[in-house]
Amino acid sequence: MNALNIKRGASSHSAYELRNRYEERLERHVLAVIVDNESGVLARVIGLFSGRGYNIDSLTVAEIDRDGHRSRITVVTTGTPAVIEQIKAQLDRMVPVHDVHDLTVEGPSVERELALIKVAGTGEKRVEALRTADIFRAKVVDTTLESFVFEITGTSEKVDAFCDLMRPLGLTEVARTGVAAIARGN
Amino acid sequence: MARPMTGAQIVIKALQDQGVDTIFGYPGGAVLPIYDEIFQQSDIRHVLVRHEQGAAHAAEGYARSTGKPGVVLVTSGPGATNAVTGLTDALMDSVPIVVLTGQVPTFMIGNDAFQEADTVGITRPCTKHNWLVKDTAELAETIHQAFHVAMNGRPGPVLVDIPKDVQFATAHYKPKAEARTKHYQPKTKGDPDAILAAVEALEQAEKPVFYTGGGVVNSGPEASALLRRLVDGTGFPITSTLMGLGCYPASGRSWIGMLGMHGTYEANWAMHDCDLMLCIGARFDDRITGRLDAFSPRSIKVHVDIDPSSINKNVHVDVPIVGDVAAVLGEMVALWEERGRRTKSEAVAAWWNQIATWKAKNCLAYRPSPRTIKPQLAVERLEALTKDHPDRYITTEVGQHQMWAAQYMGFEDPNRWMTSGGLGTMGYGLPASIGVQVAHPDGLVINVAGEASWLMNMQEMGTAIQYRLPVKQFILNNERLGMVRQWQELLHGERYSSSWSEALPDFVKLAEAFGAKGIRCDDPADLDEAIREMLAYPGPVIFDCVVEKHENCFPMIPSGKAHNEMLLSEDIMTGTIDETGAVLV
Ligand SMILES: Cc1cc2nc3c(=O)[nH]c(=O)nc-3n(C[C@H](O)[C@H](O)[C@H](O)COP(=O)(O)OP(=O)(O)OC[C@H]3O[C@@H](n4cnc5c(N)ncnc54)[C@H](O)[C@@H]3O)c2cc1C
Ligand SMILES: Cc1ncc(C[n+]2csc(CCOP(=O)(O)OP(=O)(O)O)c2C)c(N)n1
Repeated sequence: MNALNIKRGASSHSAYELRNRYEERLERHVLAVIVDNESGVLARVIGLFSGRGYNIDSLTVAEIDRDGHRSRITVVTTGTPAVIEQIKAQLDRMVPVHDVHDLTVEGPSVERELALIKVAGTGEKRVEALRTADIFRAKVVDTTLESFVFEITGTSEKVDAFCDLMRPLGLTEVARTGVAAIARGN
Repeated sequence: MARPMTGAQIVIKALQDQGVDTIFGYPGGAVLPIYDEIFQQSDIRHVLVRHEQGAAHAAEGYARSTGKPGVVLVTSGPGATNAVTGLTDALMDSVPIVVLTGQVPTFMIGNDAFQEADTVGITRPCTKHNWLVKDTAELAETIHQAFHVAMNGRPGPVLVDIPKDVQFATAHYKPKAEARTKHYQPKTKGDPDAILAAVEALEQAEKPVFYTGGGVVNSGPEASALLRRLVDGTGFPITSTLMGLGCYPASGRSWIGMLGMHGTYEANWAMHDCDLMLCIGARFDDRITGRLDAFSPRSIKVHVDIDPSSINKNVHVDVPIVGDVAAVLGEMVALWEERGRRTKSEAVAAWWNQIATWKAKNCLAYRPSPRTIKPQLAVERLEALTKDHPDRYITTEVGQHQMWAAQYMGFEDPNRWMTSGGLGTMGYGLPASIGVQVAHPDGLVINVAGEASWLMNMQEMGTAIQYRLPVKQFILNNERLGMVRQWQELLHGERYSSSWSEALPDFVKLAEAFGAKGIRCDDPADLDEAIREMLAYPGPVIFDCVVEKHENCFPMIPSGKAHNEMLLSEDIMTGTIDETGAVLV
């Protein structure tokens, strides 16, 4: 069947992105899923991931359009290219799902995470914590004589790095929102 | 504006509006208001089953044999949980059923109230979608949406959970035409470029094969008609999955039999050696592909499926076409005919010669016996004596008998074969036969059963009697969990752990106890006469066909093996499945 310009594994006629079927490399993808804000919708999405054995590295959800009853779920997941395609198809066929955007392949995007970090300590460690927070542009949102609560926003890596530095300085508690992401430009 | 109605009245009105003529159900406290409304009308017939699982399978049988959605009504708590197996079965086999469940009143939800269960939570993974209706004003629209979701895109089961206070409260009815359904409109038209690629591939194929499945049945009679036109026009061989039997007639000249684990030698070899695979509404199930890395290694694969998640799920395809089978085949046939109906006919003729050599293996041959009834013979005789019936429907239970029915019976049309494929639910066949017979009162409905499966929902004989449904229960009684026994023989050193049916009832007396006719046959010489007696009886029959106990079902591709490693008979059986295969089911 040489005359036909279809090569196994990559179809020029395809409406889909078909990647190497033998690709076993794990990729991290950020998906934005626009859903009806109805009861149980988050359980549905999470149930899909746990039921089919997909990874959730991070998941955030909030209503984004009160009148239209829409919520946006941002899921960070890892999988082989084939698994990522399955995840998108499985999400997309759910009844309350309106759109699935793969921000990782759809062009440049911005990712941010917010964390609240409590650091307890006195003396030199306390001073060092403040100094580090300043470098990271973390804000102090609560303070006592023996503790700070910092607010930091940035990529997950930046939040990780900040936590790592705070650990020896008396980090006692971390609350993270998980990733929110959006495409750049219009 | 019309007067407000109670929630229970709205339920009935919505069902009438949807054209429902039959509900399979079982009452209880949480649905009494709806049952009260059923009592006061005559448009919709209620069929009282004997177990809620039976209601769901009956609705599946009704749906699969008519192309219309099956409707189930059950109470809260145990009523709902009993329906879960049926919902899962319908999800796996893409059968549209609408299940209405009662729920405790909204103000008691979450309090562990009597017969409370988190029905939407429990059924979320086994429905296409489900809803808990908390406001009577939304009830009508939700029911209309439920029907829309069940029937559109890839069909499947849906569930609407209705608390009892919502059934009593009043609201205005919203007709079907005004219900919002826009948000769920799966694509049905295929991409023209992909269709062109498929037609080009078809024109240049030298060893093509059509691999068709349940999606053709789902798509409706038009899809089957188009498929026949394309297959007969091209002269390409066609095989089908268990779920797609009948879409192309078994008597058609291009038919090469079912494929897969227990498919024919020629079908599986054609799949393995083809250069073009045209997969139409099938989902590359593991019962079909066997060892994935050895699956049809040299072919270009075209896949038509309405569900994008079916594409590239197990097997990578070269030309994916997302759309409805009828819509896509319509375009494909038109384009191929417009371009001059071209095929490489000489190469295809050589391909047919190759297929003929595989066919010559006569893979469905079995060793006859003068003394005991071979199960294959029983099915062959049943086929011979019923195939000319103008309106025959076959349901099955799950096991060896199911495979023998698929192998030795021929289906000329879609919607005539009801079997549990994806979930493999023992206990499916009897209630399904009831659902089919309700939909086709004058049809000949036969459930080809194994005794173990049949016992799982045998209470439904009561339903058959009550509604005068002349279903024929043709039980291949090997006193074994035959399929399990076969696997134990193959890969567990012939240690038959709990795979026999002990303390079986006397099926003839059982039939009589229900008020049905019982027939027992254990001699091949009496078989035809006994089958004729069953067919002649105007009511339900339990036919106890006592068969050879240790017969195995062949051909068989052992789990984890490739298509060309098929077993044909007893020859080389033991030890053929290695450890990696043994972990598979
Ligand atoms: C004991 C046992 C043994 C079995 N052995 C075999 C065997 O040997 N051979 C065999 O074939 N099966 C066998 N099965 C059945 C098997 O498990 C699967 O159920 C079956 O192969 C699936 O059939 P299918 O691919 O046609 O898919 P189905 O489950 O029928 O799915 C239909 C596909 O079509 C798509 N579709 C639905 N509607 C449309 C539409 N309108 N347009 C386009 N696409 C649509 C769906 O999205 C889906 O992908 C066995 C089962 C049991 C219990
Ligand atoms: C509900 C359920 N339980 C268990 C099984 C596993 N199973 C598959 S086939 C089979 C044996 C069926 O025996 P029978 O109905 O007598 O049919 P036979 O194989 O003997 O024809 C069993 C136990 C199943 N498919 N469904």
